[in-house]
Amino acid sequence: MIELLSDYTVRLVVIGSALIGATSGGLGCYAYLRRQSLVGDVISHSSLLGIVAFFWLSHFLTGEGNKSLWVLIPGAITAGLAAMLLTRSVTNRTKLKEDAGLGVMLAIFFGTGLMLLRWIQRSSPPISGQAGLDDYLFGMAAAMTSSDLWMICSLALLSAITVLFCWSRLKILTFDEEYAAGLGLPTARWEVLLLALLVIGIVIGLQIVGVVLMVAMLIAPASAARQWTHSLGAMFCIAAGLGATCAASGAFLSSVQKGLPTGPVIVMFLTAVVIASVLLSPSRGILFGRQRLVS
Amino acid sequence: MQTAISTSQLTVTYGANTALWNVSTEIPQGKISAIIGPNGAGKSTLLKAILGMVPTLSGSVDLHLSPSQAVNHASDIGYVPQRSSVDWDFPITVLDLVLMGTYGRLRWFQRPGKREKEAAMECLKQVEMEDFCHRQIGQLSGGQQQRVFLARAFVQQASVYLLDEPFAGVDAKTEQMIIEILQQLREAGNTITMVHHDLTTVQSYFDHVILLNKQLVASGPTSDTFTQENLQETYGIESDLLRQSSKRDELPGPQE
Repeated sequence: MIELLSDYTVRLVVIGSALIGATSGGLGCYAYLRRQSLVGDVISHSSLLGIVAFFWLSHFLTGEGNKSLWVLIPGAITAGLAAMLLTRSVTNRTKLKEDAGLGVMLAIFFGTGLMLLRWIQRSSPPISGQAGLDDYLFGMAAAMTSSDLWMICSLALLSAITVLFCWSRLKILTFDEEYAAGLGLPTARWEVLLLALLVIGIVIGLQIVGVVLMVAMLIAPASAARQWTHSLGAMFCIAAGLGATCAASGAFLSSVQKGLPTGPVIVMFLTAVVIASVLLSPSRGILFGRQRLVS
Repeated sequence: MQTAISTSQLTVTYGANTALWNVSTEIPQGKISAIIGPNGAGKSTLLKAILGMVPTLSGSVDLHLSPSQAVNHASDIGYVPQRSSVDWDFPITVLDLVLMGTYGRLRWFQRPGKREKEAAMECLKQVEMEDFCHRQIGQLSGGQQQRVFLARAFVQQASVYLLDEPFAGVDAKTEQMIIEILQQLREAGNTITMVHHDLTTVQSYFDHVILLNKQLVASGPTSDTFTQENLQETYGIESDLLRQSSKRDELPGPQE
């Protein structure tokens, strides 16, 4: 195993995945506390359309499809935000409830993305570089290049700095937006920042986890961390730690075992952590919770 | 009588629903006022419109919070929202929650420091919750949650306080304690206005009442505004509660 870790590609993948896990896990705390799991799922599924469309655009402009994260992540962000804004305008203008609007938008964007993906795969003459584009469905950590790692590093650093500097504001906006408005804080602007952080927490992990399961990378670490602490800061750190550990282990396992899709492996690790936390937490766990009721 | 807040022909709508219609009223300075009316009468909306939290369709809100300040901001009002408006399972401590009252004074990158923490502890002492400062907020009873909300408003160091149903789901002892604290604040010259439901306590608690049912029904000193006719007009029906509370007209007036 140590031999494997000294392998350049494996090391790159493990470091990249740990950074992704920490970023998504930490930012997922806001999504969890603001009850935005479904919103996160819509953004991640919808981003497939942007990923495929931007890949095709790069092929159209340069004659060769580009699968670098520097091309695909802007695509994912565009599609994810477009799906969010469309949902908002549809639910504001029709009698459609928010969850129905989100469900419809997920289906439209994800369906169109799948169709476009299939069209690119089957087009003749074949589009160069399209092989592996479908890995964005279930994630493929081994596809990570060093330029991708730089992209991941910048997004991770950007979100870490933002969270550190805006800690208090993000906290009050997450806890009690109405009261924050009463204090005269510009809540609409902070809303946008929180949405941006949510989008970053999702798109950063699409390559290794895939659009289908990305919401687990976002919500599972926060759900597990919440069982162990009553402090937002500690919850943030625990979620980032759990996310990093699960993502790195899953990515490592799938890159040494050929043919294992990374996303599902990471999600298996995350599931185990969530189940253990929900069962075993001393203050909120099901097992000890029962015991407390008896005594 | 000096006016702390006045609204003029205020109209607020949510989509196709009218929440407030053409409400012109005044909140007197240095008094405890009640906003009374049936469910859906726009009581909370009136508070939120004063605070600038909901867009108004027409009309205006004028704040005369302090004569020395050239500009009056809604952020100079201490606000106590309904207890049910937040997630009490949120992972913060009582002290963290109270500290949020200081955020309006902090820059966006600042975190509350020693001075803010001392102020917050002082306000927790005022509501006798200082021993709970490191508890997670989910571990509090309804009355304790309300007292913590009150402390968060106090730490804003405002001269006007708006409270949204502070006695909902609160035990009698806490209610007594809260009203005593508010009376002390009034003696110090502060203005207090709250949305209130229990008609039996109106006369003992409040100097001034605002009767509201989407439109303003009546507004004025409790002694001559809290009458059987006005209540009937506000609620539309004559209930036992209304009859019971109007009997209290004969009782000697409240703390004057």
